Amino acid sequence: MLITRKVEFSASHVCRNPLLSEEENRALFGPAANPHGHGHNYVLEVTVEGTPDPVSGMVLDLKQLKEILNREVVGPYDHRFLNHEVPPFDRVVPTAENIAIDIWNRLQPHFSNAHGRLHGVRIYETPDLYVDYFGDRP
Amino acid sequence: MIHVTRRYRFSASHRLHAPGLSDAENRELYGKCNNPFGHGHNYELQVSVRGPLEARSGRAVDTGLLDELVRRQVLEPFEHRNLNEEVEAFRSVVPTSENLGREVVRRLKRNWRSVFPEEWPRLERVCIAETSRNIFEVSPHEIE
Repeated sequence: MLITRKVEFSASHVCRNPLLSEEENRALFGPAANPHGHGHNYVLEVTVEGTPDPVSGMVLDLKQLKEILNREVVGPYDHRFLNHEVPPFDRVVPTAENIAIDIWNRLQPHFSNAHGRLHGVRIYETPDLYVDYFGDRP
Repeated sequence: MIHVTRRYRFSASHRLHAPGLSDAENRELYGKCNNPFGHGHNYELQVSVRGPLEARSGRAVDTGLLDELVRRQVLEPFEHRNLNEEVEAFRSVVPTSENLGREVVRRLKRNWRSVFPEEWPRLERVCIAETSRNIFEVSPHEIE
């Protein structure tokens, strides 16, 4: 069974690779390379897989899941300039792809089999662009 | 692997009418979708691709290239068109959203290598929402 919880955060970022020239960055990232940064209202959907506990009838305590998401993601990310304030984005380009991987890495240690298994994270950068990441799975 | 999905919109009209069936059978099968003058939808199209992270860009796909491919192959030919009358594939095939999804996959697959010549990214899924309540998914593996 899959259970999905959604949270939102707003943050700014700039997509630039320091190893590339100004022209190369502009060509690669377009307006997202503007050095002053720009922002998005990100929407995060986290999906957990498991079977309902026979006593509680729940896969996991959704209140706990909400606390994990707030502590590990919304707290550090919300209303921040990702490149300047949220490691690893001081050295990793904060594309939606890399944000999905970072969120997976932040959440993964908090899921044991007893509390359901982390199945996937989906991050919407805008309503028209989202990235799914399922860890090592293809 | 990273999965990236882009959402697009286009508006078009169509009529569901199978030439192999009688008028009465068509009315029975398709109901109001068989109205001889056709009708339209605001279609929503999702295109999903899959690939490894490219180190230089930190991305799995250049969405600018994907947008351009979808614009040229799907949005421009379909936008504000009568699908039955103006899109060659639907002269002989009923433009249900099932067939529309298959045609989108065919068009993207046919032109994929000219835009993405490397092994990755690959087309993973096409999803057509005819209305917010009718949603159709097509995997490229289903299409020759």
